[in-house]
Amino acid sequence: MKLEGKRLIWQDYQKEIADDHYFYARSCIRQTFFPGAEAIFIKIVKDELGKDIHDNQHHTSCTGIGYHSDVVPFDTTMTVIARQFALMTEAGYENYAASCITSFGLYTEVLETWHHFPEKEAQIREYLFKATGREFNKPKNLAHASDIVYKFRHQIAAKAKYKLVDKNTGEPLKVVEHIGCHYSKMFPHKGIGGAEYPYVLSGMIEAWGGEVIDYPERRHCCGFGFRQYVVQANRGFSLSCSKKKFDSMEPYEPDMIITNCPGCPMFLDRWQYALSEMEGKTYGKNNQGIPVFTYEEVAGMIMGYDPWEIGLQVHQVPAEPLLDKIGIPYDASRKFKGKNGEDLGMPESPSYLKFYAE
Amino acid sequence: MEKHVVVIGAGPAGLETSASLSKLGFRVTLVEKEEATGGHLKKWHALFPTLLSGKDALESITKELNSTIKIQTATKITGLEAVNDYFTISGHNGWQEKADAVVLTTGFQLFDSHRKEEYGYGIYENVITSADLEELFASGKEFVNRHGNKPERVGFVHCVGSRDEKVNNLHCSKVCCITAVKQAIEVKQLLPDAEIFCFYMDLRMFGRHYEELYKEAQEKYNIQFIRGRLSESTEDHEGNIVVKVEDTLLGKPLRIKVGLLVLMAGMEPRAGTKSLTTMLGLKNVPDGFIQPVDEVLRSNFTEIPGVFVAGTCSGPKSVSDTLADARSAALAVADYLKS
Repeated sequence: MKLEGKRLIWQDYQKEIADDHYFYARSCIRQTFFPGAEAIFIKIVKDELGKDIHDNQHHTSCTGIGYHSDVVPFDTTMTVIARQFALMTEAGYENYAASCITSFGLYTEVLETWHHFPEKEAQIREYLFKATGREFNKPKNLAHASDIVYKFRHQIAAKAKYKLVDKNTGEPLKVVEHIGCHYSKMFPHKGIGGAEYPYVLSGMIEAWGGEVIDYPERRHCCGFGFRQYVVQANRGFSLSCSKKKFDSMEPYEPDMIITNCPGCPMFLDRWQYALSEMEGKTYGKNNQGIPVFTYEEVAGMIMGYDPWEIGLQVHQVPAEPLLDKIGIPYDASRKFKGKNGEDLGMPESPSYLKFYAE
Repeated sequence: MEKHVVVIGAGPAGLETSASLSKLGFRVTLVEKEEATGGHLKKWHALFPTLLSGKDALESITKELNSTIKIQTATKITGLEAVNDYFTISGHNGWQEKADAVVLTTGFQLFDSHRKEEYGYGIYENVITSADLEELFASGKEFVNRHGNKPERVGFVHCVGSRDEKVNNLHCSKVCCITAVKQAIEVKQLLPDAEIFCFYMDLRMFGRHYEELYKEAQEKYNIQFIRGRLSESTEDHEGNIVVKVEDTLLGKPLRIKVGLLVLMAGMEPRAGTKSLTTMLGLKNVPDGFIQPVDEVLRSNFTEIPGVFVAGTCSGPKSVSDTLADARSAALAVADYLKS
């Protein structure tokens, strides 16, 4: 693989990312799946980078999952998104930052639709006004939250306490980057690095000391794919997608997987458990699995945040072997303790996947 | 007084046009921007369907040139203008000429396969183009892939940069189907144990003996033709190329590992043609290829009297069609200058 070939492509897919003053729209599902991720993002943007970010309590789902599952009509989706833009306008912001990849893809799709069909935008403005009395400006800048972390990846690296490096050998960790399908597959020019070789996570991995793995099923869906999972009868297909990816990355012996989508870390993490129970097969060394992280969690880890404060204890595949490899300290006895130190109870140990507890 | 014709571009079309015009009694200057004449043919190992060597073909065409033809190489045209009943032509190096007629034989440029990002050209070492393969054949070196291994499987991807709206090329490049058949046979001859796959969407075997060669490829050489376009290619940990393709006849997706993947890069209008037509004020250049005044009846004439076209600057052609077109252009020029 010739990295210079990718670098040539990356030059063609750069985009403007606002420097400050973000209106942040959270994901519907991330706070349940990986509860620390969004909180870390806000903390890093505010406290570490000194930027202004507005976390609005009134916004709703963008309807993305319903839209892509064919249960929400596009006019409804556009009107809901128009309301989010109205909240941004009312709060005095112009730069929209979406936490969710599907939301980012859908906002992009709506803005592109309005660009090409201004009469549709006029109609949606009318719908929104009739329904809520609200008006809105379109965002001047639309970014996915991972774009913002990418933009400031070197500043984060400069403040980091740790690197994505094996503390014993000094070798860079081997990292799989997995990009959510709706980041740039629909609109390649809206994503850093384009659709075929996205750079948004690779750029973070490089800046933070790791080495990116390019494996054959890199572009393949994680297995969420909405209808693959939401329609219960299709869940075998969801598992097959994830399995195909694990089998393909296995020969490269990855140390970790980093993702930028709400669903991907969920499925790549939890399906390792499901596959191990179904087939007795685990990935990674010593039945440890391959740990899966959101990019915010990884940023938090290298900044030296307490692993249990950023939610690593809710991962199915344990993070401890990787924390040990990097040299990030943690208090194993606090893994299943709540905020006030109360005992939350210990989950049942899986049959094959190695379980870490005090 | 002896009439003077300037021919711009010294590939097969320019060489043949110049030789024919000279034989018809005209003074000819052949201008070429590169150091050497011959165009793409210089690097081409063998031509379909007879496997005539590119070197022999070029020598044969060049042999027809006589000493009265002035060959001006390493000269990039910077000025080209119609003045009354003649043309003034100037080059970047101060070269200048007047001519009674001009023949544009600027040829094509190979589609830049980097633009089909999903195929990985320029990223994965064992993804090469049909032109790279000809150079490999011509080198006479042992046939190994870029990792030094004899590939057990070789794939050919048809229509790379042709008939593809995604790269804004609607045209068929015409020669790639038969070139792939030819190259697949050549690879099979070099690697008798290898499995060879051609991934195509149509096979356009329009020329004499093309269909026979296609049949021979299947029957004698066991080359597998799979109807379907690639969705992507990637590299595995052993340096193989993993291609994903749909077999549209079986209605099934396939994933195949090959040791070498050859992209059949198509023909595109040359960027230099555009600058020449702009200098001349030629308007009828719809997609970068020059449109003759009538594609059926007057295929060498442009809308400007005294300006003619020959070869692939007016659309994709095989070498044999290019040579015939060049001779036809010479007659059209003669007709114009003698009238």
